[in-house]
Parts: sequence; C-alpha cells; structure tokens
Amino acid sequence: MKYNVNEKGYYGDFGGAYIPEMLYPNVEELRQNYLKVMAEASFQEEFQELLKEYVGRPTPLYFAKRLSAKYNTKIYLKREDLCHTGAHKVNNTIGQILMAKRLDKNRIIAETGAGQHGVATATVCALMGLECIVYMGEIDIKRQAPNVARMKMLGATVVPATSGSKTLKDATNEAIRDWINNPTNTHYIIGSVVGPHPYPDMVARFQSVISQEIKNQLQKKENREAPDYVIACVGGGSNAAGAYYHYLDTPEVGIIAVEAAGKGVQTGESAATSALGKTGIIHGSKTLLMQTPDGQITEPYSISAGLDYPGVGPMHAHLYASGRGEFISVTDEDAMQAGLELCKLEGIIPAIETSHALAIFKTRTFKPDAIVVVNLSGRGDKDLNTYIDYFKL
Amino acid sequence: MTRIDKKLQEKKTLLSIYFTAGYPKLEDTVPILEMLESNGVDMVEIGLPFSDPLADGSTIQASSTQALKNGMSTQKLFEQLEGIREKISMPLILMGYFNPVLQYGVENFCKKCEEIGIDGVILPDLPLAEYQEHYQTIFEKYGLANIFLITPQTSEARIKELDAASKGFIYMVSSASVTGSKQGFGVEQTSYFNRIAALKLKKPQLVGFGITNKETFQTATKHAKGAIIGSAFIKMLTETGVSGISSFVKGIR
Repeated sequence: MKYNVNEKGYYGDFGGAYIPEMLYPNVEELRQNYLKVMAEASFQEEFQELLKEYVGRPTPLYFAKRLSAKYNTKIYLKREDLCHTGAHKVNNTIGQILMAKRLDKNRIIAETGAGQHGVATATVCALMGLECIVYMGEIDIKRQAPNVARMKMLGATVVPATSGSKTLKDATNEAIRDWINNPTNTHYIIGSVVGPHPYPDMVARFQSVISQEIKNQLQKKENREAPDYVIACVGGGSNAAGAYYHYLDTPEVGIIAVEAAGKGVQTGESAATSALGKTGIIHGSKTLLMQTPDGQITEPYSISAGLDYPGVGPMHAHLYASGRGEFISVTDEDAMQAGLELCKLEGIIPAIETSHALAIFKTRTFKPDAIVVVNLSGRGDKDLNTYIDYFKL
Repeated sequence: MTRIDKKLQEKKTLLSIYFTAGYPKLEDTVPILEMLESNGVDMVEIGLPFSDPLADGSTIQASSTQALKNGMSTQKLFEQLEGIREKISMPLILMGYFNPVLQYGVENFCKKCEEIGIDGVILPDLPLAEYQEHYQTIFEKYGLANIFLITPQTSEARIKELDAASKGFIYMVSSASVTGSKQGFGVEQTSYFNRIAALKLKKPQLVGFGITNKETFQTATKHAKGAIIGSAFIKMLTETGVSGISSFVKGIR
C-alpha cells in the first residue's frame, strides 16, 4: 500500500492528526473504532443496501460516444451525478451516519461550501431521524440560496459562519469549534478527504465504491479492470479519492487530478493548491495548502464553490509530491466551456466542479485506443444561476 | 532552574495573562508586557495570531484578525521582543497554532526563543505523539518548555502521560469549550477541579478558559496553582485600551 494511508494516519509525509487536546477524545474514539465498525457484517449489509436502494447505485459507467469521437480517444463517464441528491457526496454521508449511530451519537454537525455536502448530510439525518446542524459561510448562504432552502426543507438548522472570509474554510472552523463545545453526543460528518486522521481514510473508504464499480463495469465492457487513465477534479478531493482508490497501487493506471486555476494560477485568484501551496497544517491535517510565508492560510478563488478550498486532502498531497498523480489546473473559462460542451455533445449538464475535469481534453491528448474514465462527480442543477450569468442564457 | 519552575515554586497563587501580540495596535506588545509586570502579574502567554484559530471563541478570533491586519507576524513579534529581558523578568510563554511555527522553521523558532529569553510555548494543535516523535529533541536542545493541555474529557491514563511530558505546568482547560464562551463555573467544573486535585499530578496546574473575574479566579485556584485569563483581558483592552490594565489586574486579586 504505497499510496494509501499507513497505520499512523500518514500518506507519505502528509496526514496525521494535528488537533487541540479538546478534540482528542472524539477523534481517538473514531480512530479506534472506524475500521472495526466498517468491517462488521451488519454495517456492510446496511451500507450496501442503502447505497443500492436509496442512493441508486451502482451508477452507470457510460461510454461517451460523441465526446470520444471529438477527442479521438475512448472516454467513459462514471455517472455520480445520478446519485440521490445529485453528487457523490451522499456515499460518504450514508457511511458516516451509520458510523455515528454505532458510536451512539445523536447530534450531527457538518460544514458545507456550495451546499452539496450540507444537503447530503441533511438528507441522511432526515433518513435516520437525527438532529442536523450545518455550518455554512455567510457569503455562501447568499450565493447558494436553493441549497440552503433544501437543507431547511430536510429539517436541518443552517448556521452562518461569520468569522474570517465567511466561506468554506470558516464554516469548517465553526464546525470544529462546535465539536469542541459538544464533546460527547455529537458526530462531525466531514465532507471531504480532509481533516485529522482517520477522516481522510474513512471518507476515502466510503467513496471507494466509485472505483470498485468502475473495475467491475470495465471488466464487463472492455474485458479489463484497469483503465489507462482516471481523471477527477480535486477541491478537498473526495470524489477523486473514491475514483482513484482501487487503482492507487496499480501503476499502469494514470491518475490525473484537475484543480481549479480560477482566473489563472498566477493571478492571485486561484485555488490550484498543488501549484501554489506549501506543506502546512489545515483543519488538523499536514498537507499542501495555500498560505502566506508567515503561515497564515490564504483565501482561494474559483467559480466553482466546491473547489474553492485552500488545501487538498493528504492523499492527494502525497500523489502530487511522489509524482504518482499528474496535477493539472483549469481556469474558470475553460471549465465553463467544457461544461457547455458536455451539454451539447452528450445531453448531460455537469456540476461546474466536474466541468474542470472535462476541460482536460482541450489541452491533454490521449491515444485513440486509450481508455479514459472521467468521474462525473455531480450534476449541474445547483449551478444553473452561475451558468446563466456566465453565458448570458 | 528555569524561570517558569522558579515562579511555580513561589508560595502564592499565580495570575497569568494571555493577550494577542500586536493588538489593539501593532506596537502595543511591549508596553502591555511592561504594564502587566509592574502591576504584579506573575506570567504571560503572548498570543501569536493565526488566521484560523480553531480552539478560540469570537473574542480571540477578532483580536487575531486585527493583529494580522496591523501587520503582526512571527518575524515581527521576534523583532518586538528583541532585548525584552532587559525590561521584563517574569516568565514569557508564546501561545499559538503550529502552522506559523512550522513555516518559520521549528528549529529556527526554538533558537530564536532561546536568544530572546522566551521560556515556553503552548501550541494546542501540536499533539503529544507528533511532538514526541518529531520535535521534542529540538525543543529541549534550546531549553524551550512545551506545555500541554488537559480537558474535562481527557482520560486519566492520558492525563498521566501529559503530566509526564509537560514541562513547567499543565494547562488545565476548565470546560469543554472554545475560549471565552462560558460564563461562570458550575458543579461540573468544581467536580472536575476536585478530581484533578485528587490525582496529585507531578506538575502544577494553571486553569484557563472561563476565568473572567475575581470569583472565577478564586474558584479555579482553590486547588490549582494558578489561573490564566485571556478573553476577558482582551475584551477589556478592546473597550478601555492599555490604560485599563492596572484596574483590571487589581480587580482579580
């Protein structure tokens, strides 16, 4: 397991649990139990059943014929956009709500940026009848009104994060502070492969169903389990972690991560963490993050709220530093055009996060017989306003 | 014997004050230190401001944001503290988050602390295991005391570990909360204070979080060696400014 987590919670030099002592009992309880709980037959049975009957898995691995013809290669789309709630996020929230129940927690907190993880958390809390509090930056609340309404309809309390830049980073800070203030009855459902160990590993395992299905589906369609490339967008990196997971130690599979360049990597308005980041500590994890020379965390920018995070999960930091992954960044403009192109060629409106991954075909060529899987992490309904404004529709 | 250990041996209850460096104004750091010492405060925690202070409530968050806006940085703080030992004799502790220390370079940071005469650090998000594996030898090489926290949720076994590892004293967090969020102490706190006192730990304890006035100071120090006031002091600075320091300290004991 060269590229997966080790027993100390590290991916190479990245990971660990840099948390204040106030969080130690909670995180330690989770660390000691998560693998044991996930290995229980009753847990797996309930998890798999919900993924099938509630989320709608397996999601299709769709051969995108017209897109493939245009770029002269074989492109498959892993349709996570067809999951209940519209993105891969729910794979993780289903897993974590079952974990929370087994740890006897009756109060759930979460952070959200664009609102997708917040909606996925509110959804599973409604399903299980648990109290749900979602922290969301005050600015994001204004930008993402429909998702705020969804969370409220699902019975969640949405609490504005008014500190710092009032976006995802600060919503995460507020959720962590809530956990410090509520140390016994609360489980924190982190939405990505970030945070202190064991979160990056636990979330990656819940998302790993994506690459497990790709393997099975490719076997049927192409008579091989491994594609030549797996491509995914990376903000914190949970959809990417799920898509790469079962291929991490299969070197013949090329791993490509697409980050948000925003208005351009060197413009000061970017979220391309691998290009702009340095090793540091964010939200309890040692990883690559965007920061000042003095170690203050800086504000990222991307048109896509889901990629608007100043760090990446420690797995991705290791994929980058070790050279196992190829990291590319894509501007707002290129992503928006790629999103529109998928609409026109395949009749699928992708989330703007996913559009970043699709934009790779403009600059990166693949052999005609290469099998290229793109993780279509989410659908674009939530982004309609952004698409409308951008293209003056 | 270190300045911290010497202070802890004095036969009195210790009052320690936390404040954010560079707040309210960038150049207030040293004048605040001088006023605290001349008003009989025993020890200080100088807060190194951070953009994302996870364990802090709104008061210290706001003072950190303002200090950073004022231009405070690790480098700047070290410049301000150059020659401080000609003016100040009480123990000086730097308190902050680990990332700025990591970016400064852990060894450079420790070395600079030794040169200036900083006695210890409190870095809440540098956990025991990481410290022992990667950084302890560096801290010890420069004689810098690393002080650990315990909370009401910390297990007895871990308290013993932290007691053994902590240098100088143990920072005893009074309640399950971020800084500056609880008003007054209830039964939960007093029973926790009694429980810790009964453990007869090797290191003296200083209680922090939730100490706002004479009453909470007295409750906290019934068993503990001393107490640390942070948010309440910063609130006073925000409202009154540095001229309020003398009456604030006199109001506590």
